[in-house]
Amino acid sequence: MALAAARVSMPEQARRGEIVNVKALMRHPMETGYRVDDMGRPIERHIVERFRVTYGGDEVFAIDLTQGVAANPFFAFYLRADESGPVVFTWEDDRGEVTTVTRELTVTA
Amino acid sequence: MIDRRGALTRLLAAGGLLLAPPRLAATTELRDRAVAELTGGQPVRDGRVTLTIPAIAENGLSVYTTVAVDSPMTPEDHVRAIHILSEKNPIARLASFRLTPRSGIAQVSTNIRLAASQQVTALAELSDGSFWRDRRDVVVTLAACIDGG
Repeated sequence: MALAAARVSMPEQARRGEIVNVKALMRHPMETGYRVDDMGRPIERHIVERFRVTYGGDEVFAIDLTQGVAANPFFAFYLRADESGPVVFTWEDDRGEVTTVTRELTVTA
Repeated sequence: MIDRRGALTRLLAAGGLLLAPPRLAATTELRDRAVAELTGGQPVRDGRVTLTIPAIAENGLSVYTTVAVDSPMTPEDHVRAIHILSEKNPIARLASFRLTPRSGIAQVSTNIRLAASQQVTALAELSDGSFWRDRRDVVVTLAACIDGG
């Protein structure tokens, strides 16, 4: 089986108010649209355009990408653990493909 | 004493510059226009933003970049957006990060592409409407290809 297209690293549990580090990696060519193939034909652009993170249903973080982001886009950022709930990561590319990863974050007192 | 490694790096860096076709390359002017679009003409101040990027990037296809902004990240005072901009890539704006108070800490990292040695800009938009930036020069040894596969 192939590796999962998208992977997320973050703690499953945190104390209320704790700031957690999140790392997200997506397998994607991020084809710039500036290259040509062996026959000299232009290779069509194919990039992830938007990455979104919702936490307990609210959007808490997002990124607008261009072809200036490297292939297999990697992101590291932070979230404040304020309530137990699902953290949903969504990648949308310019061909309409949507990849979602959901992680549960349990917040303790 | 001759610094052979330094000389080689400079030679390869010069090659990287030659590989970037000027017709596709952004210019400092395009970068400045992108900044003006983001700020709506508001003044941009130096400070509060720390851009961490290698001074010499061996591989322009993937350059690890971190931007941190000094902010309490409260509902009253937080960072709304962090933009990474290039003056030599075909597109000036490489990525825009949208933050909220629930981001906790205003620090983001990613891998960017650099088509040539250049100055990279990190621009932060704060909740009070002010704009802050940091800029770093990066020598790119092997540039990200723009054409020719």
